[in-house]
Amino acid sequence: MSAETMPVAAGSEPTAVDYAVYHSQAIFTAEQENIFRGQTWCYLGLEAELANSGDFRSTHVGNTPVVVTRATDGTIHAWVNRCAHKGATVCRSLRGNQADGAFVCVYHQWAYDATGALVGVPFRRGLKGVGGYSKKFNMAEHSLERLRVETFGGLVFGTFNPTIAPLDDFLGPVMRKYIQRVFQRPVKVLGYARQFMAGNWKLYSENSRDSYHGGLLHLFYPTFGIYRQSQESAGLVSDEGYHTVFIVSKPKGDVHYGSFGDEANREMQGEAKLQDERLLAFRPEIADDVGLHIQSIFPSVVVQQIQNTLATRQIVPHGTDRTELVWTYFGYADDDEETTRHRLRNLNLVGPSGLISMEDGEAVELCQQGTIGAEGKRSFVEMGGDDVRPSYAPMGMDENSVRGFWKGYLGLMGNALADLAGEGRA
Amino acid sequence: MSVAAEVAQVAQSAIDDFNAAYGLCLDDDRLEQWPNLFVDDCLYQVIARENVDNGLPAAVMYCDSKGMLADRVVALRKANVFPEHFNRRLIGRAVITGAEGDQVSAEASYVVFQTRNDGETRIYNAGKYVDRFDLSGGTVRLKSRTCIYDTLRIATLLATPI
Repeated sequence: MSAETMPVAAGSEPTAVDYAVYHSQAIFTAEQENIFRGQTWCYLGLEAELANSGDFRSTHVGNTPVVVTRATDGTIHAWVNRCAHKGATVCRSLRGNQADGAFVCVYHQWAYDATGALVGVPFRRGLKGVGGYSKKFNMAEHSLERLRVETFGGLVFGTFNPTIAPLDDFLGPVMRKYIQRVFQRPVKVLGYARQFMAGNWKLYSENSRDSYHGGLLHLFYPTFGIYRQSQESAGLVSDEGYHTVFIVSKPKGDVHYGSFGDEANREMQGEAKLQDERLLAFRPEIADDVGLHIQSIFPSVVVQQIQNTLATRQIVPHGTDRTELVWTYFGYADDDEETTRHRLRNLNLVGPSGLISMEDGEAVELCQQGTIGAEGKRSFVEMGGDDVRPSYAPMGMDENSVRGFWKGYLGLMGNALADLAGEGRA
Repeated sequence: MSVAAEVAQVAQSAIDDFNAAYGLCLDDDRLEQWPNLFVDDCLYQVIARENVDNGLPAAVMYCDSKGMLADRVVALRKANVFPEHFNRRLIGRAVITGAEGDQVSAEASYVVFQTRNDGETRIYNAGKYVDRFDLSGGTVRLKSRTCIYDTLRIATLLATPI
């Protein structure tokens, strides 16, 4: 495209973002470098998924395939899943246990240990004096590309950046406190769900930070009379705007949902009653009344507690309009069978078939479809103000955290966006 | 033909007929009739094969009563937002895996094709039903149906039951 017809995504600000950011391949490429391989820590998985030495899980940082492992000494490692020889995928399984600790590329059988170090090369010295590598070939120079790995509260993060401050600083004290709230006890994984959206990853990042849409898009709440404005809520945003946590306490009063219906523009079809209320039952198990805790850690994971569902949602950007959402459901390690069954019932609320969450996949796709050809036009993100505040108590009606996301994003992408605009490639 | 073989033949035929009717009930959007294909104290699950293979219990739908099935339908009709779509499912011949009196267990492969407003028909969900049937009283009802899907990546969302 020529410079004249190109959008100037560099003109974006937290309250008004050029729709080009959802469609531009050049921006997507720059994001990999500036965000996912830049000054961030990215979620890799749960420590509970790597309970034993030899355990591994395939994951992604941005669109880069990464494997996270637990070595025989118990330490956790992560490396790019790309053989140092020809670039082939080394580990071909989603997860498992490599009991002998060796990851062998099937192509030429180069073998790596769980830390990513090259430990074996067939016919390194050739065969009967023919072939082989030169004497200068040093296996230590051909390891897999490794990430720095740190953990907090049971979550495993990795970074490509050699200079970034430790994970604890990246998360900050407020985010750490709320991660610890969910990970108050050891957890066990209950399973996975994978959802594939024909939309840009940032549309989902905005969605998980957007408390305005809660009772408007997800009509299950008001339809079954469970969205009440007497509920106490709090939203907290980290300094750079990156991360946010949004909590809602279970209702104290009993306000009829009609007050909500009066404001809504979509027709409410009358209050329904659940035939089996066990689906919604909430058993507080943390020393507070919080029934909903949604915490978005920049750039790629959401930690949630909704009723008694516990989950991480990992955002994997596969392309400008292809985003995978990996839900990892968990409970506490000491859950009895009945508690697990209760969580499974509550899980009807969330995930790709979630009665209060399935619409998010549709919203992402609607925004992607609706902004085709809209480069140069900008969104309008001014609900609740035009600034980014560290805390707010909105019961929904504020896009403060969405502005926070864009503040953090534009801070990391600013120069790249300006360069792309200058080159007419944005 | 032995009595046991006759019973098995009757069950085979009844279950295949039931599965065909189950498929058309959902594909024809007669969702309100769908819970009636189950006994009251039923279990209906839609669960990823990767979870089943790893002994993990989390399902994307988990309804352990007929009331919960009806709640799903009410939510779909009144509350949930999803792309307009038609489903079309092909269900293979059932394989009977066990029988005890009127209680018969069986498995059958299925494929759900989905057509949205763009007009393209896509393979939306492939997997198998693992079922327990109650054939008492001359009717066929599901005591439990576990839809184990191979299609690990759910396109957009999963609203209509499998």
